[in-house]
Amino acid sequence: MKLSVDLQKRLSANFALDVKFSIPAGVTILFGASGSGKTTLLRCVAGLLRPDSGQIKIGDQILFDSDTRVDVPVRERKIGFLFQNLALFPHLSVAKNIEYGLDGCERTPAQQLTENILESFRVSALRNHKPNEISGGERQRVALARALVTDPRVLMLDEPLSALDYPTQSQIIEDLRAWNAARDIPILYVTHSQREVFALGERVISLENGKILSQGTPQDVLEAPTHESLAQLAGFENFFDATVVSISNDSGTMLCRLNGATTEVEVPLSRVEVGSKIRIAIRAGDIIIAGEFPRALSARNIVPARIISLRREGTMVIAEIDAGRSFEVHLTPGACESLGLKPEQQVWLVIKTHSWRLVAARMVSVRQR
Amino acid sequence: MDWSAILLSLKLSSVVCGFLLLIGTPIAYWVTFSRWRWKFLVESVVALPIVLPPTVLGFYVLVGIGSQSPIGRAWAAWSGHGLAFTFEGLVIASFLYSLPFAVQPMTVAFSQVEHQLIEASSVLGASRLRTFIRIILPLSRNGVITATVLSFAHTMGEFGVVLMVGGNIPGVTRTVSIAIYDQVQSLDYAAANRTAWLLLLFSFAVLSVVYGLNRKSLAVWPLQR
Repeated sequence: MKLSVDLQKRLSANFALDVKFSIPAGVTILFGASGSGKTTLLRCVAGLLRPDSGQIKIGDQILFDSDTRVDVPVRERKIGFLFQNLALFPHLSVAKNIEYGLDGCERTPAQQLTENILESFRVSALRNHKPNEISGGERQRVALARALVTDPRVLMLDEPLSALDYPTQSQIIEDLRAWNAARDIPILYVTHSQREVFALGERVISLENGKILSQGTPQDVLEAPTHESLAQLAGFENFFDATVVSISNDSGTMLCRLNGATTEVEVPLSRVEVGSKIRIAIRAGDIIIAGEFPRALSARNIVPARIISLRREGTMVIAEIDAGRSFEVHLTPGACESLGLKPEQQVWLVIKTHSWRLVAARMVSVRQR
Repeated sequence: MDWSAILLSLKLSSVVCGFLLLIGTPIAYWVTFSRWRWKFLVESVVALPIVLPPTVLGFYVLVGIGSQSPIGRAWAAWSGHGLAFTFEGLVIASFLYSLPFAVQPMTVAFSQVEHQLIEASSVLGASRLRTFIRIILPLSRNGVITATVLSFAHTMGEFGVVLMVGGNIPGVTRTVSIAIYDQVQSLDYAAANRTAWLLLLFSFAVLSVVYGLNRKSLAVWPLQR
């Protein structure tokens, strides 16, 4: 079973969703900042929102086609939808909530199905409780069970775990995986959390401003982000405009100078010419601070710098460092203490060439046709 | 105490209240969920009795159900007698007069049901009717009770419309409020006082129920959506 989506939907003068993709069975992550169109996309597929044009298919069945004027009503689409706020019916017990979607079934099999799913999502004990009498994680499980008990052909989850702590999250993710091992349906999972992307996704589709930015494995999309907005989401803190100074085809690297500074850094080779303006990014956690000039090191970038400020945030120290341009560097409180770092202190930044990423400064909106 | 008038008022209110729930509920549903752009016209028509003098409403109902009107003639052909100055005529007039008191609280209650719950219901395969019966109605319980109580009480207390459409026929169209009027006209102040007290206590009890149920949302006259 495959979900194929090709749809256009204008929501306002400056926002339009325009996507084309198809996903096989398994978990596909829909990744993007808020306002990028993730929820709109899910709502169109579920039939809660009518696209302006396009076609939506599950396998060979057409759910929506603007050309032939097919628009299968929501209730006949057999799509599982987990709403961001869960939308559990507050006046019905857990068991009644789950049974709700089994209206067409005979009473006894419906109860059996409900019991089974309560069991597999470990919420049997709560069957007679109302949604407001159980915890957030339990509510999440109940909502998931309610969506799954109807045996949907496609499952869509709108940031289902964002409100939960990590252990609860990963448990639910495991339960979901186990459930889908037997069914093997396409699951479209919306999130803006990187951790969920890596924990769940076999594929990632990243959205920005209603368009597909890139798609592929989590590694492809997040580890080598090709656009600045994606890089920011993927946890890159440092962005610099730079100019290419020289290119070394042999070593697969190039040297570039940060604009507005004399600092030069070596970055991975890309298809640009000497003199090109590029934009490069690096994670604050990928930069090493050395208290004295390091020797015999494989890292190619050793940049003299000066500490501007140090501030503790949770279990992390965030250092602002001047190396021609201002860098954000993350280190542990222990490392900070053993180096005896203080503001105004002279240090060296050590950066591996391949920790740098080239990003497109501005997104070119190319329709994914 | 004019017990026949009190009994007649109770009977009229029950019948009218029943019809209001039966017909007012779909109207309230339509007013809440319709996206028709002239919807406000229907809303205005439903709300008319709130601002219209009862005599005006009564006058047009009288004309509308009179023996010259199509409705009056059809009724006469079917039942053998006219509608004006009968209990049935009173039911029609009271129905129209109390319609906003049934429709408005329900509209408010329906529109306060979280929209996502309605969407969740349809994603789970429920029809609109099933969604209404299983989700919207139970979650609007207080609004429906308010609508019932208010329309019952409003029908109990009406005067102008009843006088215009029903006249003052003992046991047929002479309701409590008209009985009080009669008692005052015949200078029987003691009797008028007893009946008036009864109505006053009744109204107070009714409003206590309504406000007690709606402590959080003040649903008697909230702004609609």
